[in-house]
Amino acid sequence: VRLPVEEVGAETIARVHREEWARVVAVLTRRFGDLDIAEEMAAEAFAIAVERWPTDGVPPNPGAWITTTANRRAIDRLRRESRRDDKQKQAQMLYDDTTPPLGAIEDDRLQLIFICCHPALAMEARIALTLRMVGGLTVPEIAHAFLVQEATIGQRITRAKAKIKAANIPYRVPSAEDLPGRTSGVLAVLFLIFNEGYLTSDPQKEAVRSDLTLEAIRLTRLLQALLPTDGEVAGLLALMLLTEARRPARISASGELVTLDEQDRGAWDAALIAEGHWSESGLPRSPQVRDTRPLPDPGGHQRSAYLRQRRSRQAGPGRLPRLPRDRADLLRRLGRSAAARAAYEKAIELAGNTAEIAYLARRRDQLGPN
Amino acid sequence: MKQAMADTDVFNQRLQDEGYWVFADGLTPATTATVVDGQGAEPVLTDGPYLESKEYLGGFWIIEAPNLDVALRLAAEGSNACRGKVEVRAFANE
Repeated sequence: VRLPVEEVGAETIARVHREEWARVVAVLTRRFGDLDIAEEMAAEAFAIAVERWPTDGVPPNPGAWITTTANRRAIDRLRRESRRDDKQKQAQMLYDDTTPPLGAIEDDRLQLIFICCHPALAMEARIALTLRMVGGLTVPEIAHAFLVQEATIGQRITRAKAKIKAANIPYRVPSAEDLPGRTSGVLAVLFLIFNEGYLTSDPQKEAVRSDLTLEAIRLTRLLQALLPTDGEVAGLLALMLLTEARRPARISASGELVTLDEQDRGAWDAALIAEGHWSESGLPRSPQVRDTRPLPDPGGHQRSAYLRQRRSRQAGPGRLPRLPRDRADLLRRLGRSAAARAAYEKAIELAGNTAEIAYLARRRDQLGPN
Repeated sequence: MKQAMADTDVFNQRLQDEGYWVFADGLTPATTATVVDGQGAEPVLTDGPYLESKEYLGGFWIIEAPNLDVALRLAAEGSNACRGKVEVRAFANE
């Protein structure tokens, strides 16, 4: 049964792309043991879908159609290359069943995530590779999101793939003893993607990049579905959801950052909050767990207000916070105007985010004469 | 230093027992190196290491490991034993 032609829009293909990309790349990677082939053939299969589906209709199982198409393309390509290249070696690649048998519960996508976030790769490479191979973002999209040249992103991905091949980084879920450490590494990558969207470090950019925060949430949701009993994953997902829920209230109409206590709570996204609390409740019951959880802390960036508030509540008397922004707020409340002004100046100097700068400047200007 | 050598011996023995071992040895100090450039008509000999730097190659292991994860774990143990950093590289054609 095929859907009527008129219902096949760019939207359908975009949805299938979102839902199926990671699986297609992952299956092809396992089959051919090559990220390059997997990525290129998956992209080609989607390009063919864009051409054919509007006239032929969407196949009943779009994901399987894409995988089969990509698979055929990959075999065609390897055959073509085998004529030029070492015939035997290529043939072996096609029929080689010597790869270790995979456990039934080990989803291919999980292995793909772990290979993209391997600690032997530079953090920048992990981020770009994860967004491309797992998230299905194009190189121009990634470049745009991070305001980096397309060539730079392309190079990072190419280099990472070359290293994976040359250094023989294994395509598998880490062993039980390595799993917690490696999972934290994956979470660090996802958190950095989220954080770049949450409070972009570039003053030229809009203050909140929902494309990145939403992509990070999507990837974390996927990881959570694949590792449902992992408390760290559930915890990060909860943190992201609760943070994202407040996005509509975080920036004022005039483009200024609104602090947690001043936010319009009616503008918070109730559904995301509910999902966030639900995800959080999946954490182990130990009262220590939430506070000792090692959250990845991207250098110099601000953490969510959620953590900040808790931390400032915990800060003992007589000790000033280290972040200039927190320090300035505290000094202002203590009536130490001159010191507060200096701290605001320092915070403005360090801030890259337009909304944050607007907020800090207003606070500074509210100070009376010293 | 003595302890480092003893620990390295223990580590080397383990590599052999567990079947990872191919070859390993320490190198004499970099100051005793001779650099040979045979690209010209006549070989040019230079006394001293190729690169003057604080860090230099003190020795190497050649191991056989199924993948990078295993190699990295062994490298971490070797590094701990010999009290130095270990750079891991794969052979181009094994």
